[in-house]
Amino acid sequence: MDAAKKKALEITACKVRLGIIEGVFNAKSGHPGGSLSIADTLTYLYFDKMNVSPEKADDPDRDRFVLSKGHTAPALYSTLAQKGYFSTEELKSLRHIGALLQGHPCITIPGVDMSSGSLGQGISAACGMALAGKTSGKAYKVYTVLGDGEIEEGQVWEAAMFAAHYKLDNLVAVVDNNGLQIDGRISDVMSPYPITDKFAAFGWNVVEADAHDFDSLEKAFASTVEGKPTVIVQKSTKGKGVSYMEDNVSWHGAAPNAEQYEQAKSELEAALAALEA
Amino acid sequence: MADVKKIATRESYGNALAELGDKYKDLVVLDADLAAATKTGIFKKKFPERFFDCGIAEANMMGVAAGLAACGKIPFASTFAMFAAGRAFEIVRNSIGYPHLNVKIGATHAGISVGEDGATHQCCEDIALMRTIPGMTVINPSDDTEARAAVEAAILYKGPVYMRFGRLAAPVINDPATYKFELGKGVKLRDGKDITIIASGLMVAEAVAAAETLAAEGIDAEVINIHTIKPIDKEIIAASAQKTGKVLTVEEHSVIGGLGSAVCDVLCECCPTKVVKIGVNDTFGHSGPAVELLKQFGLSAENIVKTAKAM
Repeated sequence: MDAAKKKALEITACKVRLGIIEGVFNAKSGHPGGSLSIADTLTYLYFDKMNVSPEKADDPDRDRFVLSKGHTAPALYSTLAQKGYFSTEELKSLRHIGALLQGHPCITIPGVDMSSGSLGQGISAACGMALAGKTSGKAYKVYTVLGDGEIEEGQVWEAAMFAAHYKLDNLVAVVDNNGLQIDGRISDVMSPYPITDKFAAFGWNVVEADAHDFDSLEKAFASTVEGKPTVIVQKSTKGKGVSYMEDNVSWHGAAPNAEQYEQAKSELEAALAALEA
Repeated sequence: MADVKKIATRESYGNALAELGDKYKDLVVLDADLAAATKTGIFKKKFPERFFDCGIAEANMMGVAAGLAACGKIPFASTFAMFAAGRAFEIVRNSIGYPHLNVKIGATHAGISVGEDGATHQCCEDIALMRTIPGMTVINPSDDTEARAAVEAAILYKGPVYMRFGRLAAPVINDPATYKFELGKGVKLRDGKDITIIASGLMVAEAVAAAETLAAEGIDAEVINIHTIKPIDKEIIAASAQKTGKVLTVEEHSVIGGLGSAVCDVLCECCPTKVVKIGVNDTFGHSGPAVELLKQFGLSAENIVKTAKAM
């Protein structure tokens, strides 16, 4: 990836992170940790990889995205706002009564392709979208992001079997391996490891990536193969970009207070200023 | 009724899908390893490229159906009622109901008349479960004519639909030459003034037979077939209840949350009327021949007559 493109993506990702903090702080609830861990991935998808734009939001040939780990909606909303689907001002009313932005993704929100939030279900919907594309002879691709804790759900493996059986090579699933779930380390709560071996055994093309390196993400998303669905197991840091949230399970589903908000904002603004310098 | 033609509505379902496949190109069918039993195998034979077996994985099947619908297909997701409404309930609620996607759920082998397989497969809770989902249409056709028509009506309606079909051969009571299916509209099968009998699905034929017996004994029963349990036809129910002052509901489903409850929901608000519910009385089923089980559970013309006379 050339340096200018990489820098542009890093700047956008930083703005996405600022939007996540803005949304969760104003909502006084929500899931900042897992949102921050996928901020780079969503930025890469929406600003480089996917064939989508607000101008052709209903184009049947557009690529599709399903946030299977739906509780990290702030990351999706912030990315969609940066992309121009709605104003970044909307992030300030996230989770408020009567607001556009619901606690979990809802299909009626501009840019959201599928309602999600009950874990394990998004990947099945993504399979259906990929199958629809195959049977209609359409070239679009379907992307979905799952949590590493989410793959403890049995439905994920029903879907994994289905995607391989129907050779859904237009489907790319990302497992965001930040290593934490609500009750603690995934390895302590209910280990889904080895994640790569499990998907390989189910017949998937398995790729590994660094979730916070755009070169690595670009390479991973380009590593699809014919005849098999692809899974990208990305090593990420929960809370990435906000020092006190990083790799700290207590930031799975809690909002920062005013002081913590100011600190998060100033850290991210400093990072943004450094990038834009 | 010996000369009346009998067809299980699951057969009607499979036949209708196969017949409508040419007309509706976006129609696709999913099954969960039960194509021989749900009769979607009839569609599979004719349109193999539009049939997708999901294996024994109903949760994923419902999610796949949601994704197909989100991309413009009209998927019919098929399995037994127990697994469609029971096992996959939360997926149906969150992945189909909440985004209000255009998925049709073809649930066969509903009710006690599953027979020998027994309680684990005799789903008597599906209507109750499905009608609690906002925006879900719930259809329980009474015979072959109505079931076929209902499949096409479901295709023409944009939104999620739960359709309930039976395993047991049911008498054909509607004339295919004249029958018209109207979603959300009850059908008055017999005019009467003494009592209203409201039935659904397999019980409609029993209600008609019961009304004939009652007539011979001087009781003039009005018979209403409610094929669409949600949205329910409030007008036909209220008008009949106001006329007769007595309502008897009959369903092959739990008396908790099904047709009887839906009728009570209507009447308690508009015109409180005495209602007696015939159905499965908060109990599990058990193995046995379907026809004998129906008699044992009181899901018969004989019991309708007896109950009506006692009202």
